[in-house]
Amino acid sequence: MNPPAPARPTTGEVTLSSEASVATLQFSGAWANGSAIAKPAGQVLAELATEPKPARVVLTSQDLADWDSRLPTYLLKITDYCQQAGMEVDVAGLPTGVQGLLRLARAVPERAGARRLEKPTPLLADIGKAVLDGLKDAKGLVAFVGETVLAALNLLRGKARFRAVDLVLCIQEAGPGALAIVSLISLLVGLILAFVGAVQLSMFGAQIYIADLVGLGTVREMGALMTAVIMSGRTGAAYAAQLGSMNVNSEIDALKTMGISPMEFLVLPRMLALVLMMPLLGLYADLMGILGGALVTVSAFDVSLVQYYNETHRAVHLSDFAIGLGKSVVFAVLIATAGCMRGMQCGRSASAVGEAATAAVVNSIVYIVVADSLITLICNRMGI
Amino acid sequence: MAYGDFVIQHDLNFTVAKGDVFIIMGGSGCGKSTLLKHMIGLQKPAKGVVFYEDIDFWQTNVDERVLIMRRIGVLYQTGALFSSLTLSENIALPLGEFTDLSPSETQDIVSYKLALVGLAGFEDYYPAEISGGMQKRAGLARAMAMDPEILFFDEPSAGLDPVSARLLDDLIISLRDTLGTTIVVVTHELASIFAIANNCVFLDPETKTQLATGDPNKLLAESDDPKIIQFLTRGVGRGQ
Repeated sequence: MNPPAPARPTTGEVTLSSEASVATLQFSGAWANGSAIAKPAGQVLAELATEPKPARVVLTSQDLADWDSRLPTYLLKITDYCQQAGMEVDVAGLPTGVQGLLRLARAVPERAGARRLEKPTPLLADIGKAVLDGLKDAKGLVAFVGETVLAALNLLRGKARFRAVDLVLCIQEAGPGALAIVSLISLLVGLILAFVGAVQLSMFGAQIYIADLVGLGTVREMGALMTAVIMSGRTGAAYAAQLGSMNVNSEIDALKTMGISPMEFLVLPRMLALVLMMPLLGLYADLMGILGGALVTVSAFDVSLVQYYNETHRAVHLSDFAIGLGKSVVFAVLIATAGCMRGMQCGRSASAVGEAATAAVVNSIVYIVVADSLITLICNRMGI
Repeated sequence: MAYGDFVIQHDLNFTVAKGDVFIIMGGSGCGKSTLLKHMIGLQKPAKGVVFYEDIDFWQTNVDERVLIMRRIGVLYQTGALFSSLTLSENIALPLGEFTDLSPSETQDIVSYKLALVGLAGFEDYYPAEISGGMQKRAGLARAMAMDPEILFFDEPSAGLDPVSARLLDDLIISLRDTLGTTIVVVTHELASIFAIANNCVFLDPETKTQLATGDPNKLLAESDDPKIIQFLTRGVGRGQ
């Protein structure tokens, strides 16, 4: 009968023996993944460090089954330690493949100054860094606004370089492309405004004034504001992502070295498209808002359509529309600025594009709401 | 040249003569592409000057710089084609902006440039629809669109098969011979370097400065610096 085949080893063994000033480390067993290593490297190094320290360390192998990267990794720790401690290392007893790998891993010495050390920074330093970053951001914004103004001046002089086709494409994207979502949101916002007002007003039998509330609220504020928030998420993020991806791909550098200003070629068509389309979308949003309010008032609060129309007509004046449209234009410039600026400043990795898009949306919403408050305050003071 | 406080190279001093085929070479991480960016107007030197003939490139106003940049062409490492435009529209862009050619003349020139780089027939393809090597060649066609006086190549042979790399070398030599274009190339490709270059600068990442300038063939024969010999003989050493 044949003797049973020897069982496959499942652990990696290291045995240390020392005589005179020579320590011998013998490696055996299985060192491939899944196998357990009997002695961790730290323990072997501790044993080597005990007195008397050997002058020479010999590494050999006996009955070594499969090995993968775990073996050279283990060995490198030992050889590095020996080199630092000044002990001579003999690797001739190891398989030739392992010797070759060890040689390769240490062929190119670590470049001085390349390794980065993680130092924990105190809270004060973090706050300081945040402030400095904020200032740098503000500087970038001012520079961007300045370049946009220069590009706009070039446009007025008829010397701006961009493709008419790009402008038309941007207009199509920003305008008709947004009609569906703007309809839905403004209709619902008008509905909501009407409900909110109706509950209070019907207590006084003053349901007819829902028309005033919805009309003025939509035309002066909500039409422009909701459209702006929608467009910042939809188009502002798109601009940031488009320009950010172009930056990652060096396309913006290519434009610069071609002698074409990226501000004129990329930013102007996008900004113009938004400035042209947002007032129109705002107007459309006003219409849908008033319709939404009408829907609620006529169906649930005992007001006829003609009454609603007349009351709206009485309450809302052309000046209110003018304010709403003016706000739309301001918001358009703010959204385009935030979107394009974040895109052009984008870093060079995929995650940077995501961060740029996020920053664009957050920035535009902040700018929009701040601008809205300022304009409302001014209008109030001026009694418009 | 520095990023903030981190100095990449210092004390670089070399001249590119008109009609040269000038190579910028060195070990990886030595700042070759950064040097190129300083020369083409994408990055201002932390200290030092760049001269185009007798114009101090970084001290003049923006308009002057833009005018100079219109006389150079750049091929980027990845081609940097405008991804939303077809190849033909990519090449037609500078032609449309800076010349008065009619659309049909522009189309003729576009087809000619594409044919020169071996991409005849690919006019209506988008960059995402062609391979990396083809994108690079299309980028080269775009860099050559305006027949620039100086052409800058950032690692042109990386990713090209040997036959295409050889065709590229031939193209570079004929551009230099027929149009008198000055060519600056950042490359590692030894075969190309010895075949086409007549001047070079060798950058070292460890000492962060230049080690030599001059004809690479002469450097191979006469240089004493071990790093240069290692590089130029692919680690084999001279006399082998």
